[in-house]
Amino acid sequence: MNARTSDWVEVGALDSIPVRGARVVKAPGGDIAVFRAADGAIFALRDKCPHKGGPLSQGIVHSHGVTCPLHNWVISLETGEALGADKGCTPRIPVKIENGTVLISAAALATLAA
Amino acid sequence: MSKQKLVIIGNGMAPGRALEKLFDAAPDAFDVTIFNAEPRVNYDRIMLSPVLSGEKTFEQIVIHGDGWYIQHGIVLYKGHKVVMIDREAKTVTSEHGDVAAYDKLIIATGSSPFIVPVPGNQLAGVVTYRDLDDVHAMMLAAKTGGKAVVIGGGLLGLEAAAGLKAQGMDVTVLHLMPTLMERQLDPAAGYLLQRAVEARGIKVFCKANTHAITGESRVTGVKLDDGTVLPADLVVMAVGIRPSAGLAKESGLTVNRGIVVTPDMRTSDPDIFALGECAEASGQVFGLVGPLYDMAGVVAQNLVGGRAEFQPSATATKLKVTGIDLYSAGDFADMPGREEIVLRDPTRGIYKRLVIENNRILGAVLYGETGDGPWFFDMIKRGTDISEMRETLIFGQGYQGGSQLDPMAAVAALPDEAEICGCNGVCKGKITATITAKGLTDLDGVRAHTKASASCGSCTGLVEQVIKLTLGGSYNPAAVQPMCTCTDLGHDDVRRLIKAKELKSIPAVMQELGWKTSCGCAKCRPALNYYLVCDWPGEYEDDSQSRYINERVHANIQKNGTYSVVPRMWGGLTSAKELRAIADVVEKFAIPTVKVTGGQRIDLLGVKKEDLPAVWGDLNKAGMISGAAYAKGLRTVKTCVGTDWCRFGTQDSTGLGVKIEKFMWGSWTPAKVKMAVSGCPRNCSEATCKDVGVICVDSGYEIHFAGAAGLDLLATQVLGHAKTEDEVIEIIAALVQLYREQGRYLERIYKWAKRVGTESIKATVIENREKRRALFERFVISQTYVQTDPWAARVAGRDAHEFAPLAAFGMAQAAE
Repeated sequence: MNARTSDWVEVGALDSIPVRGARVVKAPGGDIAVFRAADGAIFALRDKCPHKGGPLSQGIVHSHGVTCPLHNWVISLETGEALGADKGCTPRIPVKIENGTVLISAAALATLAA
Repeated sequence: MSKQKLVIIGNGMAPGRALEKLFDAAPDAFDVTIFNAEPRVNYDRIMLSPVLSGEKTFEQIVIHGDGWYIQHGIVLYKGHKVVMIDREAKTVTSEHGDVAAYDKLIIATGSSPFIVPVPGNQLAGVVTYRDLDDVHAMMLAAKTGGKAVVIGGGLLGLEAAAGLKAQGMDVTVLHLMPTLMERQLDPAAGYLLQRAVEARGIKVFCKANTHAITGESRVTGVKLDDGTVLPADLVVMAVGIRPSAGLAKESGLTVNRGIVVTPDMRTSDPDIFALGECAEASGQVFGLVGPLYDMAGVVAQNLVGGRAEFQPSATATKLKVTGIDLYSAGDFADMPGREEIVLRDPTRGIYKRLVIENNRILGAVLYGETGDGPWFFDMIKRGTDISEMRETLIFGQGYQGGSQLDPMAAVAALPDEAEICGCNGVCKGKITATITAKGLTDLDGVRAHTKASASCGSCTGLVEQVIKLTLGGSYNPAAVQPMCTCTDLGHDDVRRLIKAKELKSIPAVMQELGWKTSCGCAKCRPALNYYLVCDWPGEYEDDSQSRYINERVHANIQKNGTYSVVPRMWGGLTSAKELRAIADVVEKFAIPTVKVTGGQRIDLLGVKKEDLPAVWGDLNKAGMISGAAYAKGLRTVKTCVGTDWCRFGTQDSTGLGVKIEKFMWGSWTPAKVKMAVSGCPRNCSEATCKDVGVICVDSGYEIHFAGAAGLDLLATQVLGHAKTEDEVIEIIAALVQLYREQGRYLERIYKWAKRVGTESIKATVIENREKRRALFERFVISQTYVQTDPWAARVAGRDAHEFAPLAAFGMAQAAE
């Protein structure tokens, strides 16, 4: 079902993620948030705000950032770092698009959250 | 002593100001008759450009409403052009044959636009830019879209071009000279301006000499000297004005370029004054409001026996095109013996130029950053010696004295005679004295009493600083806070422009209003989404990606990422069937916490996101819908048991609460709205700390509003009294609609009421039946689009992607 191509795992069609939105991939290592920015860029982060663990996948996506729904921290989708005055970092997950399909790193999928 | 007769020909801003000054000095000295060729009252001609661009309405730029004329016993002939002055008999005659006798006469016929003498200049579709009729003609032409050519790249021409562009036309500006506004700007600054104008989608042709206007009966195009033909459905001539002195000339008065006046503003006939753009004083004619208002003051004083004289002084002007800041003051012509200090920052689009002679500033041109304009202008008028600060002068007032001053200190340092409002010639001392004498507390009061900031409004910030200095901490200026860092515009400006420019999507707002980020942020997007939902009901397509998660999934996110679910219980009523359904849902989905809320309903906490549609499905089956406990919208209507059960109840408070909730549910508002209905003044439902509350009394219903019981604690104020339940609902709906239209996103009702004033809300919702009705009707229309249960829609499959993971991997799959 979830076909493997070498070290990458298909997780779904790009079009099933709303533009300026995110979807969750449930994984043994913890939820992964897959974001689709307005310009079409795709990003993946652990679905956990470095502040209080809020689900970033539920936040508002703007440019290459997401605002956490719990306390409005803004996290860079590019680096996983908190922007502005806040300090903290959410791990990035390798992600890519092939033929309209989103793939994420098999290793990241299997890794247990620290 | 019988009153003298004063007749005024013309009803523009200058005679309007002269009358104000006259009535201040001698309220009963004259019977006043005015002949106005335009069929209307005195309005602020400077503000015609914002009317053309749709940013203001005519009503907003009226200076003297009809009531003012009545109050002062003035006979105003609207739409009467005077065709004859009989200086022997001392009468004037209008084109309709009305005759008025005068003891004193003021000619204030203003000026006429210069018509370029080329073939075709009389064709239909060729207009000038001078009065409201011209604006209406342009707006009408713009309705059908098409192409407009504006001849003239000066102040007026550029404002007309920007206005027509805002109205949706394809606009080209033709300018005879090599660069725009060459009288105010040097070529480099003219180029910056041209770039900014072109960035708004307006085409600019400089060195363009109009050869002919083409067309049979209507204009079809403009032909240039080099043979180019530009197609046009509308041609606007904005190449300058000429004093209207024809009538004076026919009457035998001395006329040169304008009507010649002595320094006391008398014409060659001592009983006749000339005032405004038609007058020529010291060999000069004037077109800016500053000197014209000075003339008005002189005329008023001399009418009552004074000996005032008009001294032409330096003038300042500002380009009124939203988003382009240009300020010029004084004399900036290049002449031998004059020096210049110029600051250019092309990347930031800033240009500043000071023209200096003998260590005194003669003129200033500021482009892109105009905040220091009044400071330079003040030094121009005083002839301040700038040798001491020459090195940092161009950086502005903030850089004088070594360290950067805060703006308050700069204003505090201004002397009393420093001019604050250039349009109306109001100095700092006049403002501070009036605030103290009249006990003024806000900008509107200062505007009303001193006229400062009452014309073009560009000095508003300065005036507010003067108010703050005078009143100290008790004054909180309504400085415009930008919505967020994506824009410099405040909430009110954005809303006004959404309406004015008919912007109907978030990308349209961001594009048209020059958003600084590509797709906004978590602050502005939800606000814009709300404004568009509210302003374009049924037309705007809700952007769920711009909604906060709670409104996107119609439940409240909790700290662990689960959600809470609150079904509606109308007026706090429930039943065995509903309670049984809730109990079943709790068991079926293992919902960990069930709690009774402060708003008289039941909260199910800890629901997993993927379970939400199924939970709602079960609740829907028992007849329950979303309680919108997550919404910036109507939450609950709390009630007591009223006459049904209570021995003190005066009305059916429960029934009324249910009716209100059934009428109002689903509406989106700037922030949450909580209501309550109490059946008697004992107030068991605590209606007096709600956003809207009703207290039932024997004679009907007291409607309260603007309470708070959260971060702030505030008792409600009484909005008004209603006799029937229907009247209660109409008033509450009108109130909520007014709040929906005026409230800033996330601003609760009590904060909105504090900002706009309780009295203005009462005046609209209670005292003005027509406005109340119109608000009510707008609310009803809006409700037709929102009263569908969002839960049922999602049970039926809408936004399914929100509730299911993109993919799920078990331990085995991932480790494969």
